[in-house]
Amino acid sequence: MSARSIFARPARLAAIAPYLWMALFFLVPFGFVLKISLSQTAIAQPPYVPLFDLTAGWAASKAALAELSLDNFKLLVSDSLYISSYLRSIFVAVTSTAILLLIGYPIAYGMARLPQRWQPIAMMLVIVPFWTSFLIRIYAWINILQHDGLLNKVLLALHIVSTPVVWLSTDTAMYIGIVYSYLPFMILPLYATLAKMDGALIEAASDLGASPGRAFWLVTFPLSLPGVGAGALLCFIPIVGEFVIPDLLAGSGSMMIGQTLWLEFFTNKDWPVASAAAVVLLLLLIPPLLLYDRLQRRTLRGGS
Amino acid sequence: MARPVNRISPFNITSLALGLAFLYLPIVILVIYSFNASRLVTVWGGWSLRWYTEFFNDRAMLDAAWMSLRVAAVSATVATLLGTLAAIGLARGERFKGRSLFSGMLYAPLVMPEVISGLSLLLLFVALNAERGFWTVTIAHTTLTMCFVTVVVQSRLASIDRSLEEAAMDLGCDPVKAFLSVTLPLIVPAIVAGWMLAFTLSLDDVVIASFTTGPGSATLPIRIYSEVRLGVKPQINAICTMVIALIAVVIVIASFASKLSSLRGESAAPL
Repeated sequence: MSARSIFARPARLAAIAPYLWMALFFLVPFGFVLKISLSQTAIAQPPYVPLFDLTAGWAASKAALAELSLDNFKLLVSDSLYISSYLRSIFVAVTSTAILLLIGYPIAYGMARLPQRWQPIAMMLVIVPFWTSFLIRIYAWINILQHDGLLNKVLLALHIVSTPVVWLSTDTAMYIGIVYSYLPFMILPLYATLAKMDGALIEAASDLGASPGRAFWLVTFPLSLPGVGAGALLCFIPIVGEFVIPDLLAGSGSMMIGQTLWLEFFTNKDWPVASAAAVVLLLLLIPPLLLYDRLQRRTLRGGS
Repeated sequence: MARPVNRISPFNITSLALGLAFLYLPIVILVIYSFNASRLVTVWGGWSLRWYTEFFNDRAMLDAAWMSLRVAAVSATVATLLGTLAAIGLARGERFKGRSLFSGMLYAPLVMPEVISGLSLLLLFVALNAERGFWTVTIAHTTLTMCFVTVVVQSRLASIDRSLEEAAMDLGCDPVKAFLSVTLPLIVPAIVAGWMLAFTLSLDDVVIASFTTGPGSATLPIRIYSEVRLGVKPQINAICTMVIALIAVVIVIASFASKLSSLRGESAAPL
C-alpha cells in the first residue's frame, strides 16, 4: 500500500492545471450566472447593470450586492410562459427517458447475449453513430420526416395512409429526434451491467423452476438496475435542457426551458432573465446530478 | 469469469437488428441523397457531385469549416493534455483536499445542459472583457471536452495492473519515471480515443459555440444550423456527408494508431 501512495504526490501535482482550469471555466462562471440573474435588465452592451468588478475589492462588491434583486426570479414564477416551459421540459424528459429505456433495454440485452467475440463489434456499432455529428443526425431526420420525405413516401406506397402525414414540427418528430440522439447513452450503461452479469444466476433460477420470463424479472432485471439508473440519468439530465432538437423538430406552440432561455438571451437580449432561467434549471437538475455522481463513483469503485 | 449466457433468442436478434437499423438508416439515406443531382431534395435525379462543388464555391461555408477545424484541433489537443492530467490525478492521487469538488467539476459537464454551460462561459468572457471569437470558443470546447477525455483515460488507468509500476520502481525507477515508461504507453490508446472524442464533440457543437463566438466567426455547425432552420437543402446534405467522412477517417486512423500502440505495448510487456 505504501509503495502505491508514493505515486500520489506527483499525481496530485498533475491535477493542479486541470483543477485550476475547471475552477476558472466551470465553477467561476456559475458565480456570474447567479450574479447576473440578480441584476437589472438594461438597454446597454452588455445588457445588464451593474457589472461585477473583481478588482474593485470588497467594499465595492458589497455595494454591488446591495443592488441585487430577485425581480427576475419573481418574473419566472409569475409568468406562465416560464412555468409551462419548465413543466414541459420535465414532461418531455421523463417521457423520452421512458421510451429510451423501453427501446434501449432489449437492444442492450441482445448485445449482452451475443457470442463473446461479437460483443465488441456490436458495442462499436452502437458507439459510431454517437461519433457522427449530432446536428447532422437531427438533420437526417428532417430529410426523412419532411412533407414529401421518405417516411411519407413509404407510408403512401404501402397504402398505410392516403395523404401525406405532417411529421415535422410535431412532438412525435421531437421524440423521434431525442430518442435517436440519446439511444447510445441509454444502451451503453445498460449493456455494461448486463454483460457483467453471471449467467450462472439465470441458470440457477431456471434450475429452481423459474420460467425464462420469471427468471428475467426476478434475477436479471433487478441486477441491472444500476445500469438502468445510470442510463436514465445520463439521458434525463441533458434532455431537460435540450435546445436544438425541440427547436428543429417540435412545433413552435410550446417551448422547453432551453428554448425559452435561448429566446430570452438571443432574441430578447434579456441576459438577467436568461440567467435566472439557467439558475432555476440548474436547481432542478441538482438532485439528479448528485444521484448520477453517486452512481458514477460506485461504478468506478466497482471497476477498479 | 462469468459463465456465458449466450442462449440468444430470435427476440434478441430482432431487437438488435431493428436497433442498429434505426441508428444507421437515417445517416445512410442522408449520404445517398447528398449525391442526388436533383435540386428537389426528395426527388431522385441521378448521381451527381454538384452539391459538393457548390460547397467548395461557398466562401462563407468554407470559412466556417476552416474555423471549426481549427477550434476542434486546438481544443481537442489542450483538452487531451488537461484531461489526461486530471485522470492521473483522480486515478493515482488517492485522497486529497478538494478531490470530490474536482471530480464533481469533471463529471457535471458531461450531462450539464449546453445552454447552461454556454451562457455561463459567455458571462465570464464578457466580465473578463475578452474579445469573442476563435479563442473563446476554443476555451469553451476545451472545458467541455476535457471531461470526456478524463472519463476515458481514467477508466483505462483504473484497469491497469499496478504491479507493473511497482516492478519498475523495484528496478530503480522513481515514481514519475515508472509511470512515464510503464503506464503511459499502456494508456496511449485511451488518450488517442480521448482526443478523437474531443475533436468530434467540438466539431459537432452548436449551442456552446453560439453563445461564446463573436460576430464574423461562425463555426460550421452554427452555419449548418441556421441553414437547416430554413429547410432541407441538397448542399447541406453534401456538407454533412463530408463531415461524416472526416470523422470516419479520424476514427479509422486513431483506431489503427491505438491498435499499433497496444500491439507494441503487448509485445513490450513480457520484457
